[in-house]
Amino acid sequence: MKHLRWSLALAAGLTLASGASAQQAAAPAAPVKLGIVSFLSGPAASPFGVPGRNGAEIVIEAFNSGKAPAPYNTVGLGGAKIEIKWVDEAGSTAQVVTEFRNLVQRDQVDAVVGYISSGSCLAVTPVADELKALTVYFDCGTPRVFEEKPREYVFRPSSHATKDNTAAARYLIAKKKDITLFSGINQNYAWGQDSWKDFNAAMGVLAPKAKADKVLFPKLFQGEFGAEISTLLTSKSQALHSSFWDGDQESFIIQSGARGLQKRMPYVGTTAESAIWRLRDKMPDGTIIGARGAHGPLAPDNALNTWFKGIYMDRYGTPPTYPSYQMALSLLGLKVAWEKAQAAKGGGKPTTDEVVKAFKGIEYDSPSGKVKMALGNGHQGIQDTAYGTYRFNKRTNQPEVVDIVRYPAECVNPPSDKSAEEWIKAGMPGAKC
Amino acid sequence: MITAFAIFSDGLVYAAYLFLVAVGLTLIFGVMKILNVTHGSFYAFGAYGAATAVGIWFDRGLSDAGGFLFMVGVAMLIGLVIGLILERGILRLVYGRDEVVIVLVTYAAFLILEDVIVLVWGPRSYPAYQPMVSAGSIDIGELTLSNYDIGLVVLAAALAVAVWWSLKYTRYGRLLTVVIFDREVAAAYGINVKVIYTVTFIIGAMLGALGGAVMAPKISVTLGIGVEVIVLAFAVVAIGGMGSIEGALIGALIVGLGRAAAVHLMPEIELFVIYAVMALVLAFRPYGLFTQPAPRKI
Repeated sequence: MKHLRWSLALAAGLTLASGASAQQAAAPAAPVKLGIVSFLSGPAASPFGVPGRNGAEIVIEAFNSGKAPAPYNTVGLGGAKIEIKWVDEAGSTAQVVTEFRNLVQRDQVDAVVGYISSGSCLAVTPVADELKALTVYFDCGTPRVFEEKPREYVFRPSSHATKDNTAAARYLIAKKKDITLFSGINQNYAWGQDSWKDFNAAMGVLAPKAKADKVLFPKLFQGEFGAEISTLLTSKSQALHSSFWDGDQESFIIQSGARGLQKRMPYVGTTAESAIWRLRDKMPDGTIIGARGAHGPLAPDNALNTWFKGIYMDRYGTPPTYPSYQMALSLLGLKVAWEKAQAAKGGGKPTTDEVVKAFKGIEYDSPSGKVKMALGNGHQGIQDTAYGTYRFNKRTNQPEVVDIVRYPAECVNPPSDKSAEEWIKAGMPGAKC
Repeated sequence: MITAFAIFSDGLVYAAYLFLVAVGLTLIFGVMKILNVTHGSFYAFGAYGAATAVGIWFDRGLSDAGGFLFMVGVAMLIGLVIGLILERGILRLVYGRDEVVIVLVTYAAFLILEDVIVLVWGPRSYPAYQPMVSAGSIDIGELTLSNYDIGLVVLAAALAVAVWWSLKYTRYGRLLTVVIFDREVAAAYGINVKVIYTVTFIIGAMLGALGGAVMAPKISVTLGIGVEVIVLAFAVVAIGGMGSIEGALIGALIVGLGRAAAVHLMPEIELFVIYAVMALVLAFRPYGLFTQPAPRKI
């Protein structure tokens, strides 16, 4: 009997102990706080900001529930659920920097993921390094972030804008081998100027006989393009390059469509993918579609893409566009780096410096293919990219992108030891196409 | 030759757009001496209202011409309601205050109305291109012109004539002219200046909304369109003279033709042209082309 009592006591003790240890093991890790910055108001909200925000929302939900596909199926970041602090990017650059400081110093976020405007990225970068705040850019395209000087706490898994324009030139020349004249219309600020500079230089290398004719830089958000369209109608150009985005892109396509411009010269839109689901049959067939990478209809057929498209469609009823993809791949990169740092220290919450160290030079899979953090001393990602040609399928009543051509990352991006401008001017040496 | 024709036609189309957005602004300033920043909101609400109306109309497969009228009607109704609310609800309370205070009040109202747009329509953009597409185009030499653009020029010209005729030959127009000339003398002669203010502000708001409505089929209606417009409208009104309808028309033509010439001949100075013209005019005529300096009242 005594033996039985001891056995019961031991069993009860073990049960309690194991219960306590199970409770201890299941105790949730302190949440990871992320600041997510995107345009939630203003002209950039509709085409970029809100799709980017939506991409963050569903990916973080999937992380927190542990339902993202393997190898991303751990809960949150390394078992710690993610808490989001949303911030609107709209406003002056000074305001953007102030909001960034608030996120880091007042809200004490563990990392900031965001920024669409190149101006925002250039302004935030030195502050991020000053505050030693882990910052992941998801959309801004300027190559200058990592070309001007080495950065420590800033990462950008999405490729920069150079590949958009070198790939556009390669695609155009493949489709129009006899091209002799082309024109460009780009918004008059850093993005538009840099895009044209890269495209024009790439055309100079790849098709030296082709010359630029009309080079137009209308004001950002001008909206009315009658004079520009007339100017282009008087040109014999065989293609029109544009990095227009948002309302400017849609307004230009509508106005130029009404005046038959695209029957004379196809529109080569480096961000045109972001407009196809709104313009539908008003986007002229034959438009050359870029998506700032292999995103959206240009994305490769892989399990992550199927998953991401599925959860996005289920939630928002429309296919994800490239800003959503860029946000998704940025968050996946952060998760890979965070969990790598966590594993390296044997568990627990990694410090910012540990995540930064782990982030450098990683390679990982995303819905738009493999990301290699190959440039900017391991801080800037490169990816394969793709271009295609637009067609509205009247039978299915849906937009389609056909004749898709894929370009390896090493074909359209500069090597790590050269700036984009130097590389293109030198004739794109070492491009592996 | 074709370039000269293109400059002329593009200049007219752009001038029509500028006049349509500036006429309400200058009318309100002429009568009420208010530099009304909310004019950009009237434009934006007109454009959003028109885009919504176009969606409703064309989704039902109704006639194109009816769609245009429905779009304009809905936008102007929105302008009427917002104009009435703003004038009676806010501006009435600050009449007589310093002009700078009133500008700040209208700026605050503009910011509030921007957020109201987000609340009502959300952050996404709205296409309303059906009227422009269904209007078709016409070929003139190498150039293809949109019939919708030609219609805009006709509409702006008709509006200019209608406003001029109304001011000159209708009773209300003559009352308005008296108030523009001297509101105190007008009040002394028994004119109900408060009613004139309310009606003028509502007409200005409806004209702003009309500008947005007729531009909606050409543009993607998206957040922030009112900001762009108000800057241009101020430039046009400053060139022509604050409060002058003829000035708005001539200012729009000067800016429209100047900008079109720049785009065709020297695109690098396109941005510079509008504000260079404004600076030049104001350097020699600080009150604009059609406004005389007023003696200061003691």
